[in-house]
Amino acid sequence: MAEGILVFAEQRNGQLMKAAKEVLTAGYQIAESSGTTVSTVVVGDGVSSITDDISQFGASTIYVADDGELANYSGLAYAEYIRAAIEQADPAVVLFPADSMGQDLAPVVAAKLGVGNGSDVTEIQYQDGTVTAKRPVYAGKSLVNITFQQSPAVLTVRPNTYPPEEHPGEASVENLDVSLPDNALRVTARFEVSESERPELTEANRIVSGGRGVGSPEDFEIIEKLADAMSAAVGASRAVTDAGWRPYSEQVGQTGKTVSPALYVACGISGAIQHLAGMRSSKVIVAINKDPDAPIFKVADYGITGDLFEVVPRMIEELKNES
Amino acid sequence: MNILVCIKQVPDTETKVKIGEDGKSIDESDVNFVLNPYDEFAVEEALQLKEAAGGEVTVITVGPESATSAMRTALAMGADKGIRLDAEDVRLKDSFSIARALATSIEELDYDVIFCGKKAVDDDNHQVGPMLSALLDIPCVSTVTQLEIEGTSFTATREVEGGREIYEGEFPAVFTTDKGLNEPRYAALKGIMQAKKKPIDVSDVQFPEADSVVIESMEMPPESPPGRILGDSADAVPELIRLLKEEAKVL
Repeated sequence: MAEGILVFAEQRNGQLMKAAKEVLTAGYQIAESSGTTVSTVVVGDGVSSITDDISQFGASTIYVADDGELANYSGLAYAEYIRAAIEQADPAVVLFPADSMGQDLAPVVAAKLGVGNGSDVTEIQYQDGTVTAKRPVYAGKSLVNITFQQSPAVLTVRPNTYPPEEHPGEASVENLDVSLPDNALRVTARFEVSESERPELTEANRIVSGGRGVGSPEDFEIIEKLADAMSAAVGASRAVTDAGWRPYSEQVGQTGKTVSPALYVACGISGAIQHLAGMRSSKVIVAINKDPDAPIFKVADYGITGDLFEVVPRMIEELKNES
Repeated sequence: MNILVCIKQVPDTETKVKIGEDGKSIDESDVNFVLNPYDEFAVEEALQLKEAAGGEVTVITVGPESATSAMRTALAMGADKGIRLDAEDVRLKDSFSIARALATSIEELDYDVIFCGKKAVDDDNHQVGPMLSALLDIPCVSTVTQLEIEGTSFTATREVEGGREIYEGEFPAVFTTDKGLNEPRYAALKGIMQAKKKPIDVSDVQFPEADSVVIESMEMPPESPPGRILGDSADAVPELIRLLKEEAKVL
């Protein structure tokens, strides 16, 4: 009988990802409330060294796949090791972060197991053997409650929904031994580190976003300066990325990224329905816009109906004075 | 080169969501249906590959007869033919059932490469492409923003947290397409006229009796209380910063 939770502990370069700590926390909380335990699986090259970090989050068993061939991410290869861990742990629930690795990997693992996958969930319950979850659809314009009819339930968990909590403990370590099929490494990846020192949009605690009201690509510098003063990521509206002022990777909205930071500052963004969908689950929303009728003010917690070129420099100044 | 593109018809992104009578899906009256925006990048990439390497582009969808209009959009852009796997209520189906239906159909075809949009903008699942690759036992690169193809070798780039991943591999493969990969072309009138004559093959699809993931109910997100306008000039900034620190505690 399948029981317990298995968490994929995503790492890069021997560093446990923030998203992994969140998913480990989600796993611990579900296990606590249903009286079961959490095990984890970590895959990569030289990853035996991070089992101590993982055990800070309450796992009882850590399955380790440590192999030079796994230095770079490969969906097919990683999936084989995760399947091996699932076979040994026989969990009822398998959790991944809903980030670029988790969303690439979870559907592959699920399909190989012959089960479905719940994507980007924001709440999970495991009671009396039944797994239910809540997830946003239509980029957050509505939510659905889903149940899993087959075991294990494979889910990806939205970043920023389970703040990391440490529960240090002792974990036993088990090495996974898998002979990879030939095609498992047929696609090989290398990783290039981004030059930006700003936090990643989907992981960021704070985001400063600019819209058409910023006026020009050069003037976007003011958004970057505010983002730096707040240690925030930079976002943009669709109008801005479509105009080529900013890269598509910064677009927030239904055809961009869905974000849920603690603080979202919208500057010169009127608030099209697709943009509101992508950012409305932010905990606190600040809108700065000249037009008092702009739809963004309907979702904002705090608003200033003024010229962003006066308001934003003043914000930067105030933040610098206080730090 | 045999190029397949998996597409879906979805409510357009302007749609104001109202929950339908079944309590599980949206009220589809007054909804405009379009080709999923991410699938437009998939169709465009397929067409560019065909223009460079020759071959044929086939678009595949799982959906009811009304989904034909999204397929005609892809055909009007320049795809050669379509396959529709006839199914109602696809918006309540889980992605694994859809991926299996597609895989069963695709296994019968000769193909070199498969493109899918990275996600559909209705269910936001991000699943069909990677699942399809697992079922067909071929590699997948998801959320691709750059793709170079030479013969049957490819170099694909995707943006990930903290950097980018660059993949090298060989066909056959599945790619899921992200915004930024290309600029989808508009269908010209000539293309729209030609699309009407292009063949669409319709076949039945056998879904498994039960879905693996079932939608039990749909709800609207909680309404946030009305916000506060703090002022109409930079003079409101000190109060804003104070509230963010002391009341909201986010600074």
